[in-house]
Amino acid sequence: MSEVLAPAPASVPHTTVPAARKVAKIALIGNPNSGKSSLFNHLTGLNQKVGNFPGVTVDKKTGISQLTPNLKAQVIDLPGTYSLYPKSLDEKVIIDLLHDKKSASYPDVLIITADASNLKRNLLLFTQLADLKIPAVLALNMMDVAEKHGVKIDVAELQQELGVPVIPVNARTGSGLAALKILLSQELEAPKTTFFTIPENLLVMVRQIRYYFELSNDYLAWHYAHQYHKLSFLSDDDKEYIGELVKKYGFHSNALQASETVDRYTRINGLLLDAMRVTKAENNEQFSNKLDQVLTHKIFGYLIFFGVLFMIFQAIFAWAAYPMDLIDTGVATLNAWIHTQAEGPLVDLLTDGVLAGLGGVLIFIPQIALLFAFIAVLEETGYMARVTFLMDKIMRKFGLNGKSVVPLISGVACAVPAIMATRTIDNWKDRMITIFVTPLMSCSARLPIYTVMIALVVPEKYFLGFMSLQGLVLMGLYLIGFLAAIFSAALLKWVLKTKERSYFIMEFPTYKMPRWKNVGLTIVEKVKAFVFQAGKVILAISVVLWVLSSYGPGNAIEQAEKRAAAELTSLNLKDADAEAHVAGQKLEASYAGQFGKFMEPAIRPLGYDWKVGIALLTSFAAREVFVGTISTIYSVGDSENISTVKEKLMAEKDEFGQPFFTPARAFSLLIFYVFAMQCMSTLAVVYRETKGWKWPVMQLIYMTGLAYASAFVVFRLFS
Amino acid sequence: MQREQKSVRDLKIGEKGVICCLTDPEMSLKLLEMGCIPGEEVKLNSRAPLGDPITIIVNDYTLSLRLDEAATIKLKA
Repeated sequence: MSEVLAPAPASVPHTTVPAARKVAKIALIGNPNSGKSSLFNHLTGLNQKVGNFPGVTVDKKTGISQLTPNLKAQVIDLPGTYSLYPKSLDEKVIIDLLHDKKSASYPDVLIITADASNLKRNLLLFTQLADLKIPAVLALNMMDVAEKHGVKIDVAELQQELGVPVIPVNARTGSGLAALKILLSQELEAPKTTFFTIPENLLVMVRQIRYYFELSNDYLAWHYAHQYHKLSFLSDDDKEYIGELVKKYGFHSNALQASETVDRYTRINGLLLDAMRVTKAENNEQFSNKLDQVLTHKIFGYLIFFGVLFMIFQAIFAWAAYPMDLIDTGVATLNAWIHTQAEGPLVDLLTDGVLAGLGGVLIFIPQIALLFAFIAVLEETGYMARVTFLMDKIMRKFGLNGKSVVPLISGVACAVPAIMATRTIDNWKDRMITIFVTPLMSCSARLPIYTVMIALVVPEKYFLGFMSLQGLVLMGLYLIGFLAAIFSAALLKWVLKTKERSYFIMEFPTYKMPRWKNVGLTIVEKVKAFVFQAGKVILAISVVLWVLSSYGPGNAIEQAEKRAAAELTSLNLKDADAEAHVAGQKLEASYAGQFGKFMEPAIRPLGYDWKVGIALLTSFAAREVFVGTISTIYSVGDSENISTVKEKLMAEKDEFGQPFFTPARAFSLLIFYVFAMQCMSTLAVVYRETKGWKWPVMQLIYMTGLAYASAFVVFRLFS
Repeated sequence: MQREQKSVRDLKIGEKGVICCLTDPEMSLKLLEMGCIPGEEVKLNSRAPLGDPITIIVNDYTLSLRLDEAATIKLKA
């Protein structure tokens, strides 16, 4: 499993931080909401890199920290956890790292963060880590909050009791950080105090495991006995070895874990008697409680939540439109300028292939940045926990999570940032279901298709003087998309098997002011992750699509161009119309055109011909491209103008001389686009979020299948 | 006996109780880690508008959980 070429000998003492020659590896670990991420941001600033842990969807955040002017260290941010016994797939990453000394990221030192206002629970994880005997520092955060709650902590006494250096820090302001860095730049010893004694009757078994795997202490061997089936670096033989021992000695993992936790809490309660003094009892979180009376109120709670959703929606739908237009015109202007400087196939590849694809990546940045600005604030303030609290009962029925609401609503603007937003859902299964169904929500790229097709076949009638029939149909399409999402989720809930049990049990954080630095860094991190990981897939596909639609077999394109030019005079076309006619003929001769004709038999049952086929292929880049392609293929000069496009399409005749775009065909197309996964950017982002091709491919098959079947039924019903 | 024993689910808002035992072996591990230790005091803090989930105060902090999860935390009579 481990990729290390020359594994370090097991006897190497890990109690010293290697000096300047080798960069020390520091791992940050702590409870969720203990200020771990803020501390990571303070330590590393913008020197952060997001990578992958093998096999899970959680991001591996690493960064370089300048400890002293001439000493750097690598810091790795581990997922927040309450204990060393993982309850979720994400948390499993931690034991894979800490229990495998040969792991490339095995830390030299741990920074354990703890929330001082919640010390008892935070110390549970600390005592487990201390028993692993990895050199560690306790960063005691939120002392000010603790004091406000009337909790006074004697740091010197605590340090004495815990047996590791304790540094009070304030992850908001960064105070205490200098002391922490200085400490980390020195040699640290392994924790001396042991907090848990392994039951004597099991010591023989534990020692056997310890010596077999050459482990440095009993508690690590104890963990091997508990979690051998979860440790991905152990071979099947190793697992079998432990499995047999466990059976032989009657090792009941659940019961032993429970009694270990109770023992640890007893020990913690004992040591806190001396180190912690509570002066005021029970007044905690008055402010949060008052705020909750409004924010989780039966009526106001939901009103405010829908207000927040509406704001988010406005932001990514309307506000983001300005910078997006700017990027759009910027790329177009640059392309036009390049064309005035040089011509040729390579220039075309650069402009229409690469730069256009790059524009297709950059165009998402405003939406991603805005959505994550909101989400980061919701997370930072603690409001996201209330969202889950408000929505859990409803969403659970459909196999979704309370937090799924935000991605689903964002999906109406664009599935790409929406799918990135599912990262806030902790439960693996809930997250996968949300990712899977979000693209079924009608996004803004479908709107141009909806508008054109509705204008084509739905009459401009009004009911009761104000209800437009066209508007009703449009609303119906959004509704169908929403229902499809909800029911697909309910379906997946039954299909998807998972070993991971879903709990709701979670800390209900108090309200806090957002830390703007964290909000800013979240935005930067998300944009970077999208551009560098999903972006390359988008770029690659858009270049392929460009090649398909600009090149044809042999000299087919040139011939088409000549033919079209010759026809111009006889057809009496001028300027834009003439250009459009040539472009249309060229597209027909291209590989995309060939492909359209090739796939015509497959799409004929839906009522489409090869021209629609071309548009289906090219609009895989992005759905709105459909309108552009249809305009090109039907030689519409001014594709920006809906009524011109409409006129052209209405004039289009089928082989019997009847109008081609009958209501049956138009509705069939509409339904197709409601369901179809016609968006390479969404696929790319699902690939990036699920770290593999399995989910995007399943999604593509499911959505296209659904689209095909529904379009077929609709076409039959209407014709 | 199990059925009649009061659980956190049965508390009224503001009402307190002392944890006696946890009935779901697997879920109890999570609850123990979160500080729901037998002998600790719990207080029902609030209910979501639809009745489920709830928040409780235990171990000096606020924990939210679903009703069926709360039902596994039995209280001392």
